[in-house]
Amino acid sequence: MTPVATTLHLPRAGTQRRSTSEPPWVRWLLITIALLFLTLFLFVPLIAVFAQGLNKGIGFYLKTLSDPLAWSAIKLTLIAAGISVPLNCVFGVCAAWAIAKFDFRGKNILLTLIDLPFSISPVISGMIYVLVFGAQGWLGLYMNADKPWFPWLAQWLNVHDFHIIFAVPGIVLATIFVTFPFVARELIPLMQAQGRTEEEAARVLGASGWQTFWRVTLPNIKWGLIYGVVLCNARAMGEFGAVSVVSGHIRGETNTIPLHVEILYNEYNFTGAFAVASVLAFLALITLALKLWAERKNAALHAASQ
Amino acid sequence: MAQKLFKSKTRVLPGFRLTLGYTLLYLSLIVLIPLAAVFWKTSLLTWPQFVQVITSPQALAAYRLSFGASLLAALINSVFGLIVAWVLVRYNFFGKKFVDALVDLPFALPTAVAGITLATLYAPNGWIGQFFEPLGIKISFTRLGVLVALTFIGLPFIVRTVQPILEDFEPEIEEAAASLGANRWQVFWRIIFPTLTPALITGFALAFARALGEYGSVVFISSNIPMKTQIVPLLIMTKLEQFDYPGATALAVVMLVFSFVLLLTINVLQWWANRYNATNLS
Repeated sequence: MTPVATTLHLPRAGTQRRSTSEPPWVRWLLITIALLFLTLFLFVPLIAVFAQGLNKGIGFYLKTLSDPLAWSAIKLTLIAAGISVPLNCVFGVCAAWAIAKFDFRGKNILLTLIDLPFSISPVISGMIYVLVFGAQGWLGLYMNADKPWFPWLAQWLNVHDFHIIFAVPGIVLATIFVTFPFVARELIPLMQAQGRTEEEAARVLGASGWQTFWRVTLPNIKWGLIYGVVLCNARAMGEFGAVSVVSGHIRGETNTIPLHVEILYNEYNFTGAFAVASVLAFLALITLALKLWAERKNAALHAASQ
Repeated sequence: MAQKLFKSKTRVLPGFRLTLGYTLLYLSLIVLIPLAAVFWKTSLLTWPQFVQVITSPQALAAYRLSFGASLLAALINSVFGLIVAWVLVRYNFFGKKFVDALVDLPFALPTAVAGITLATLYAPNGWIGQFFEPLGIKISFTRLGVLVALTFIGLPFIVRTVQPILEDFEPEIEEAAASLGANRWQVFWRIIFPTLTPALITGFALAFARALGEYGSVVFISSNIPMKTQIVPLLIMTKLEQFDYPGATALAVVMLVFSFVLLLTINVLQWWANRYNATNLS
């Protein structure tokens, strides 16, 4: 079925048929409108980030990036992404395995619930952790209760001045929340499309569950997984709103790269802000390149298997 | 019990209980229980207090701006996104692959970076803003600036939902219409556009939902003046900074309920779009 469709589509790329194409002036008009729109909203901003970051020279640029506060922000961003991406990756694979390889009731509800973090405002995503772990939240109420359950635990928390909000764990949690669906969202449709016949064949031939996963499933979903991880990582490193709510904005301690950009910008150090922002923009370009590469590899893998 | 619930017979593949169990546990810990906290905190307000918070003049002005600007941004993206998708699928021009890859930039670029860049570019002395200044149009630090930021972040949604449908569109259908005497405009309006409608509406809803919750890019380009240029997420943020948690959560509940409705609508739309295309292909 598929090869037939491909050959049918082939001539479209090169030749222009008069009956199903627009007159040249319409074509050029539409291309001009599209490019003008993208120039105003995409190309100029992208160039501007780098131009503004470098407008006081390369020396200032490097000085801004080697500032200890910038370094601690970079370190915290790497920590947050380093924890949240693997956790959401494991979750994504588990969720995709359960949803794509088995039938059970309530599957659509589960899919909608997994999507939830995408449709929630970043500010609300951060706020929910303040409500759970903040001083006026569940954790705060527990630590300050007159007669808490497990008094030893409340005492231990108080003695150790246990903090999640306005500290690193809060930032990590908020990052996990906003990047929650990425890997699962990428893997579920991919694994559903592949069905379960290959895995069933492996099992029948005597492979164990793990062997089936590592040798049959994983090679099939490899590029989809990489794609999901790349997008998840980009969001984890760039998240601003949610992290801004749970971070105490303590310089050198609870500042991520995007928050550092905000601080520099609000201090009217625009060139500095853009210098740090250009690092994130460069990361975004790498993300796009990796995404394209994974897409091509995935398409090639599935074209080869058909 | 479990047997009944999951219609379990003999399964060839292992790990169902483990993976589903972990999925539900992780989902509950990270998403569901923390979300429940919003409703718990709001329930500490009495009904009249709740109504008073969510219908205060400041809140009403913020809803108007958030909903208005998000709708307008999604509309702008529907028009230009359709043109961009059309051009990328149907025409050849220099640098097309590069342009295609860059359409996803708003997904990959952190919102704070987008915010400071757009604010600087569209400021009266900025690269783009300087051309509007003589016309008396100020963009950065006004409602127009909010619109620019929301248009930027919603840009990829329409292009990426419409593009695959256009790519899969069978040229034979157009040829048939043309051979039956339809002109190009008629073929577009009567044959192509109706096929694209479900994808277009889905993309519109996705862009709208994203714009409604957006914070990072807007906070820089808007002057954030209450009643004038303050969007709902910013109002929530302001209340949080003043430690007015019940007020912040009450507004969050309004936004959450709306997001849930929108999410359900999008899922129904996508199901509709898939069905529509499935019948088309068969």
